[in-house]
Amino acid sequence: MPLEVVTGNHAAGHALSVAGEANRVARGAACGIYPITPQTEIVERVAAFPFTKGRVIPVESEHSAMGVSIGAALSGARAFTASSSNGLAYMVENIMVAGFYRLPVVMVAVNRTLGPPWNIWADQSDSLMLRDFPWVQLYASDNQEVHDLTLLAFRLAEDHRILLPVLVCMDAFIVSHTQGETDLASQEQVDRYLPPLDLPQRLDHARPRTMGAMVWPDQTTSHRMEIQEAMERVPQVYEECRAEFVEVFGRDPGGAMALTDTGDADTVLLASASVATTAREVVKRRREEGEKVGLVKMRMFRPFPEAELRDACSGATRLGVLDRDYAAGVGGVWWQDARAAFQGHRDDLMVQDYLLGIGGGDVTPESVDRVLADLEARPAAGAPVWNDVVVEQEVGA
Amino acid sequence: MSTVIDGRADTGVFTTMPSIPCTEECILREGNTNCGGCGMSIALTMLSRALAEVGDTCSLAIPACCGAVTAGAFPTTSYGVPTVMTTFASAAAVASGMAAIRDLNEERGQVVCWAGDGGTYDIGLATVSAAAERNDDILYICYDNEIYGNTGGQRSSATPPGARTSTTPSGKREAKKDIVAIMAAHGIPYAATLSIAHPMDFRRKLLTAFQTKGMKFLLIHSPCPTGWKSEPGDSVELVRLAVRSGLFPLYEVFDGRRYRVNAKPDWADPTEYFRRQRRFREDELDLPATRRVCRERYEWLAHMAEAFPA
Repeated sequence: MPLEVVTGNHAAGHALSVAGEANRVARGAACGIYPITPQTEIVERVAAFPFTKGRVIPVESEHSAMGVSIGAALSGARAFTASSSNGLAYMVENIMVAGFYRLPVVMVAVNRTLGPPWNIWADQSDSLMLRDFPWVQLYASDNQEVHDLTLLAFRLAEDHRILLPVLVCMDAFIVSHTQGETDLASQEQVDRYLPPLDLPQRLDHARPRTMGAMVWPDQTTSHRMEIQEAMERVPQVYEECRAEFVEVFGRDPGGAMALTDTGDADTVLLASASVATTAREVVKRRREEGEKVGLVKMRMFRPFPEAELRDACSGATRLGVLDRDYAAGVGGVWWQDARAAFQGHRDDLMVQDYLLGIGGGDVTPESVDRVLADLEARPAAGAPVWNDVVVEQEVGA
Repeated sequence: MSTVIDGRADTGVFTTMPSIPCTEECILREGNTNCGGCGMSIALTMLSRALAEVGDTCSLAIPACCGAVTAGAFPTTSYGVPTVMTTFASAAAVASGMAAIRDLNEERGQVVCWAGDGGTYDIGLATVSAAAERNDDILYICYDNEIYGNTGGQRSSATPPGARTSTTPSGKREAKKDIVAIMAAHGIPYAATLSIAHPMDFRRKLLTAFQTKGMKFLLIHSPCPTGWKSEPGDSVELVRLAVRSGLFPLYEVFDGRRYRVNAKPDWADPTEYFRRQRRFREDELDLPATRRVCRERYEWLAHMAEAFPA
């Protein structure tokens, strides 16, 4: 397909639609749709798609959008939706259910600040609040990555070794509303990439099951252990899905993380989504200036690729984590997991948190320079640093 | 066509309904641990028989309610058909997804929401309303025991005035929400009230619902000895009294516009209905007002049935 200039939302809507259409040879597709800024264009794209064997159901809330996905997925259909911010918060109960029922639902989340006070700009606190649910979480930096990871998400979710829903995230406006050259998959390519969905636990009159009846503590433990085992298989299966993707589409959707100059780096930054793109430019420039800095761009948040992160930082003494999110009473969410990854492995690595771009604030190369300056000057790790904070002037002062 | 049956008639015919042995295919299997005198259990059996009679089957979407507990504990289940436990507010949304995929694959079987009054009148109302507005091909059945039964009997918006529950210790002050009027106002093809004391009327309404495309809403008055603090053996008699006294009128609404009344109350004294349930205290009830409200309600329905007959 020729490159098209489209928004991140357009790329996501296209990927969801062609993935759904690809299951026309099996039990079809369904999508419960509900609008919320800045995700709306995604569900508008899906609503306009001429499905051969698919139903788009306009519902009254995000909670029901996931409810429809649950019913459709349990019936053996490829089910998907999209949401954002408070919509994800409203959907939470059913997001959890899709995971506990081991349904390969794919959802695109456009990361937007949680309110009130109301703010529609980029912030990852919405999807990161879902971190303890049985969902794989992937973060994209640009339109092509949104598109590619969305397609890969179906293949990963539907693999019988996984059977977990997948969340694909992108930054509000910075990616969702920004046009860029994107290679949109043709139906023929997606038909080759995605096998027909075969859900082992689907509702079947020939073998009536009761889904979700009461269980005892030992069965609950088994259920959670099976989820953990599936989560632990994700990195390996992801790599297989990635290799297949390269085969069919001729380009690499990327691994659980992308490394820039980490090999001999003394100072490493960890970032995700569009912040990682900015950080990469800074790291490249500082490298040219002779500094031993590197970047770990995280694509996968759940499961958290701990071992890979430790490998990437094996030669470093300082790790600065860039969090465009905030967990009350703690600090950054990425920082918590990054710090935990080194617990018991490295005593000599300083892991420092930087909260920046909260509420959609600009994260500029200068912001990243300030982070590096602080990181390289500090003698020890401390409390999370609120970067680029402008204190409001008192009215009339 | 619109024969109005006497409130006292339609009794004893339960035994003349097609007798279907309780097999694996039954919706509600033997060995379930539901309470004696549970109206919901009787209604499930009647649904099972009506489906067997027409050679149809169903799958169930059940929100949090006694119907969810009915399944029993994994790995056994009391349900003989594909069943999904949904979140409290989601039964209708999950059912919409199920019905969509059933239709895309040209499969048979009713998609039934089996929900209590809490999941219908209260927390699930927006979801039920949305499914009705879309006229999704779902059979939504609310078994109304007028309380949150699973949690030990708290008030819902279906609890009648005067009833004492654990959250209305001195009796509920507010009126019971008219859920059938709300559902009919969506213009759905079929809405009806059903009583397990009127099994032939019950059966006919199920068969009507099976044959109707789109959203069907059935409200079953479902006695709950545990919550109503009544004798299990009185369950059927109590809901019969509710029909006779006009407390629970039996009627149907087609397309939200055309009405049919199915049972004419004989205006039996409702005192007996209240006296046999210890959730009510006679000295807290305004019986003349209750009787007046019942008569007005019936007269309104009878008027609608005459002016806009089905």
